[in-house]
Amino acid sequence: MQLKINGQNREFDHQLSISGLLQQLQLAPERVVIELNTKILTAEAHETLLNDGDTLEIIQFVGGG
Amino acid sequence: MDKLVIAGREFNSRLMVGTGKFASNQAMVDAMENSGSEIVTVALRRVDIDSPEDSLLSHIDPNRYLLLPNTSGARDAEEAIRLARLARAAGCEPWVKLEVTPDPYYLLPDPVETLKAAEVLVKEGFIVLPYMPADPVLARHLEEAGTATVMPLGAPIGTNRGIRTRDLISIIIEQSGVPVVVDAGLGAPSHAAEAMEMGADAVLVNTALADTPDPAAMGRAFKKGVEAGREAYLAGLGPQRDKAEASSPLTGFLRD
Repeated sequence: MQLKINGQNREFDHQLSISGLLQQLQLAPERVVIELNTKILTAEAHETLLNDGDTLEIIQFVGGG
Repeated sequence: MDKLVIAGREFNSRLMVGTGKFASNQAMVDAMENSGSEIVTVALRRVDIDSPEDSLLSHIDPNRYLLLPNTSGARDAEEAIRLARLARAAGCEPWVKLEVTPDPYYLLPDPVETLKAAEVLVKEGFIVLPYMPADPVLARHLEEAGTATVMPLGAPIGTNRGIRTRDLISIIIEQSGVPVVVDAGLGAPSHAAEAMEMGADAVLVNTALADTPDPAAMGRAFKKGVEAGREAYLAGLGPQRDKAEASSPLTGFLRD
């Protein structure tokens, strides 16, 4: 399965859910917010299964003024 | 000090601080704590999926600070609206510091796109604090659109040059029905004090606290500057004169 994450193409062996992907990337779900194919996901949607060709943005808070 | 009220919410501090550019998270926390601030701004960016960093939020106590996400990086209304929605989806309260800065050299806010974004975000229930050029007419339009404050710039972001827009900010303060927060360019506690003496309701500072060898001390210094300025404003500054007016009695001299 190929996903485009934050502008980079990534290949995965098998189909993943959002939470499975976050686990694989070692990201704490409560610290990030995700857009799937330009749609913002709520935390409840983290069990959604991803499909080949999906585009994700994984965003977090950083320092800023 | 008298309380600052924004969108019906009370704050004991009139100093908001940014969290960018600190040399370490500890330096940021020290500056924030010493500043007495209760509102801190944060930005949203892509995670580096190859080397995720320690989360900023683990260093900011949500019971002590209202997290104010900004829309920095947005070049137009659409991008700013997207960032505001993302921040809300991340669990933040629906407060947003609206920033639309298409110009990469001076980071000046785009008045047209800022107003457009403000109109949409207010309708969506956001408490909108817009960073804006020091333009009294724009301030009116933003207030009419329902923003919770106006945030005119003193000087371009990160320049530490102080209030270069003084006359225009005075007009905004005179006319505004919502709190006026002077944001950007304040480089010294005296600049913050000046804004408060003029009657600004609050100031926002980031670079001046982050870009110093001692952010902890600078946080404390800005707290004093803001408090001194506010107190002087409430007391009422004496009038300026062209000629001297003696402070000591003009009678009883030891002559004649």
